[in-house]
Amino acid sequence: MDFLNALILLLNYIFVPALAYGSQLAIGAIFVTLIYGILRFANFATGDMMSFGTMVAILFTWYFQSMGLSLGFLPTALLAIPFAILFMGLYMLIIDKFVFKYYRLNKSPPVQLAMVSIGVMFVTQAVVRIIIGPSDRRFFDGEKFLIKANEFKEMTGLNEGLAIKSTQVITIVITIILVSTLFWFLNKTKTGKSMRAYSDNEDLALLSGIDPKKIVMITWMIAAILATIGGVLYGLDKSFKPFTYFNNMLPIFAAAIVGGIGNPFGAFLGGYVIAFSEILLTYAYKKFFMYVLPESMEPDGLIQLLSTDYKFAVSFSILVIVLLYRPSGIFKGKIL
Amino acid sequence: MRKNLNVIAAYSIMMGLIILVGIFQSWNIALSIFNLCLISAVMTMGANIQWGYAGLINFGIMGFTALGGLAAVLISVNPVQEAWSAGGTNILLSLFLIIGIVLAVRFVIKKYQKSKVRSYIIAAIIILGIIIIRFVSEPGIEAIEEVNPARTGFLGGLGLPIIFSWIVGAFFAGGLAFVIGKVALGLRADYLAIATLLISEIVIAIIKHEDWLTRGVKNVIGLKRPAPYEVNLQETEWFINLVEKFNSGKLSLISDLSERQAALNQFVIEGSSVFVKLCYSGLFLVVVIILLILTQKALYSPWGRMMRAIRDNEEAANAMGKNVVKQHLLIFVLGSSIVGIAGAMLVTQDGLFTPGSYRPLRYTFLIWVMVIVGGSGNNFGAILGGFVVWFLWIEAAPIGLYLVNLTTAGLEDTHFLKVHLIESVPYFRFLMMGIGLLLIMRYRPKGILPEKIEIK
Repeated sequence: MDFLNALILLLNYIFVPALAYGSQLAIGAIFVTLIYGILRFANFATGDMMSFGTMVAILFTWYFQSMGLSLGFLPTALLAIPFAILFMGLYMLIIDKFVFKYYRLNKSPPVQLAMVSIGVMFVTQAVVRIIIGPSDRRFFDGEKFLIKANEFKEMTGLNEGLAIKSTQVITIVITIILVSTLFWFLNKTKTGKSMRAYSDNEDLALLSGIDPKKIVMITWMIAAILATIGGVLYGLDKSFKPFTYFNNMLPIFAAAIVGGIGNPFGAFLGGYVIAFSEILLTYAYKKFFMYVLPESMEPDGLIQLLSTDYKFAVSFSILVIVLLYRPSGIFKGKIL
Repeated sequence: MRKNLNVIAAYSIMMGLIILVGIFQSWNIALSIFNLCLISAVMTMGANIQWGYAGLINFGIMGFTALGGLAAVLISVNPVQEAWSAGGTNILLSLFLIIGIVLAVRFVIKKYQKSKVRSYIIAAIIILGIIIIRFVSEPGIEAIEEVNPARTGFLGGLGLPIIFSWIVGAFFAGGLAFVIGKVALGLRADYLAIATLLISEIVIAIIKHEDWLTRGVKNVIGLKRPAPYEVNLQETEWFINLVEKFNSGKLSLISDLSERQAALNQFVIEGSSVFVKLCYSGLFLVVVIILLILTQKALYSPWGRMMRAIRDNEEAANAMGKNVVKQHLLIFVLGSSIVGIAGAMLVTQDGLFTPGSYRPLRYTFLIWVMVIVGGSGNNFGAILGGFVVWFLWIEAAPIGLYLVNLTTAGLEDTHFLKVHLIESVPYFRFLMMGIGLLLIMRYRPKGILPEKIEIK
C-alpha cells in the first residue's frame, strides 16, 4: 500500500507534469530544429513567434466566446487554433519575404541571420505587446480536471491523490498526433523527403531539381503550425504572458541542442530530457521516502537536490555538459 | 581631418540631440540619458572588442554586467559582523572545499590518461564535494539569513569606497569569462551564442537566489556614492552661491524678497541633482576616454592586426603560428572585463543592486543592437551606437506618443483604438529597435560608422 502511495505521489508530482511540460518544450524544440536544419540559422525569435500565434488564438477564442461558441468540456481555444495557424503562417511568410529572403539569397553566414532574427524578435515582441498588452491572460475554459485528487482518493482508498488536468491530457494527445504526423510527413511523403534532402545537402538537392522556394515555404508553414500549437498548449496549461514566452525560448533551445540540433526526433526527445531533469532534480523527495522507507529511517530534511529556484539553471547546465562532451547532441544532430 | 568628418558629424548630431532634450524636457533627463549612454558605451566597447576585433559572439553580457554589479555590493557595503560570526566559518569552509574540489579535479586530469574511468572519478569527486558542501554550508546560510532579515540577512561587503569595485568588477567578470572561455570557446559561432546566453542565465539565477551573498530579490539599497549627496549640497554655502550666480538673470526679475528666496530654493534643489549627475558624467567620461585610448592603441598595434587576421581567416592565422585558441580566450576575458566595469558603474550610479532587473532583452540583446547599429570593429562606432540606441530607447515613448497623436488626430479622445494605442506607447521602443536593427543590417550592414583599417 505504501509502495502504491509512493508511486502515485511520483506520478502526480513528477511524471504527469513533466510529460506535459516536456511535450510543450518538444514542439518548440522541433520548431527550432526545423528552422536550423533547413533555413540554417538559430532563430532567436522562437519564443516571440510562439507568443504571436498564441495571441491570435486568444483573440479568436474571445471572438468565439462572445458569439457563444464552445466545445463543451474542451477549451474553446482548440477551435481557434486553425485560424491562428493561418495568421501565423501569413506573418511568417511576410517576415520571410521582407527580412530573411534577402540574406538567404545572398548566402549570408548563419551568424548574420541569427542577428537578423533578433531584429524580428524585437518587432514581434512589440507587435504582441501593442495588440494584446504585456499582462497575464488566462483563456482556458471548459472542464478543468479529468481526475480530481479527492475523487481519486475516494475511488482507490489511497492516501495520495492523483489529479490530472484536462490541459495536460490535451497537450499530450495533441503532441502525439502532431509529432507522428510530422514524422510521417518527413519520412514518407515526397515533399518531406525533399525537405530532408535539402537540409542534408543543399547543392545536391538543388541539382536534383528540388524547388528551394517551395521547400522554404513549406518549412515556414510547418513552423507556423508548430509555433502556434506549442504556444497555445503552453498558454492553456499555464497562462499567456509575452515575457514568459520569451523566456521559454531558453529551455527550448536547450532541448533542441541536447537532442542534436537539426534532428527533429532528437529535439522531440530533448524536450522530455529537459523537462524530466528539471522536475526530478528540483522535487523534494521527503514524502516519497516517508512512504518507501521504514519509520525508523525517515529523513529529516526535504531531500531536495536543488531548490526550485534553480529550475531553469538545471536545463542550462545539462546543455553545457552536453555541449562539452557531445557537441552534436545526444542523438547525433549535424554540425553544419 | 577630412576622413574623420563623418565621425565628428555623427557625434555632434548626437550631442545636439541630447542638448535639445535638455532644453525642451529638462537638464536632469538629458544628463541621466547622457550618463546611461556613457555606461552603454562602455558595454558596447566590451562587446565590440569580442565581436568586432575577434568575431566572437558573446550573448552573456547580462551575466557579466550582473557580476560587475555584485562587485559593487561586495566592495562598498559595510560588513555585517553578526552574520560573519553566525555563519562566516561555514561559508569560508565551503569556499576552501570548492577550491579543494577544483584542485582535486585538476590533479586527476593531469595525472591520468583520458579514459572512461577518469570521467567517472571526476564526476564522483564533484558530486561528493557538492553533497559535503551542502552539509557544511546549509546551517551557515540559514544562520546568516536569519540575522535581521529585513535589513541585512547577508554577509555584507568590505566597506571600501565604491570606486574600487569598478576594478574588482572587471576581475570578477574576467574570471567568469575565463571559465566560460575554457568551456565554450571551441564551439561554433551560433552554439557559442546560445551557450553564453544560457550560462548568463545561470549566473543570474545564482545571484537572485543566494540570499546570503547578495540579498537576492530583496535588493541592496543605499550603496555608497562617489559623488556628494543632494541633501548635503543644498545646505552648502558655495553651492548656493554658485546657483545664485548662474540664475542671477532670472532671479533679478523677481522683486519680492520672499518669492525670490523660494525661487532660489527651487533652483538649488534642481541644481543639486544636476550637479550630482554632472559628477557622475565626469567619472564615467574618464573611464570611457581611458578605455577608448587603450582600445584604439590595441586596434592599431601588431596585436590588433593579429586579431583581425584571426577573425578574417582562422586557418591561415593558425598556419602562420598564431595561437588562435589562446588569443580567443584572451580577448574573451578582456571584453568581458570591460563589460564588468560597466556593470559596476551602473550599480554605482543607481545606488542600488536589483538582481531581478537583469533581463536578457535589456542587458544582452539591446547591447548587441548598439554594437551592430554603431559599427562593429570601430570603437568610435561602438560608442556612437551606445549613444544612439540608448537615446532612442528612452525617447521612443515620447516619439511614439507624438506619432500616435498625429495619426489618430481625426479620432475622438475616448475612441477605444486611440486609448489602446496611447496605453501601449511604451512598447514602441521595441518596435523602433527591431526596425532600426533590421534596416541597418539590410542597408548598412557595417553600421553607421563602419570599420576602417588603414594600412601604413
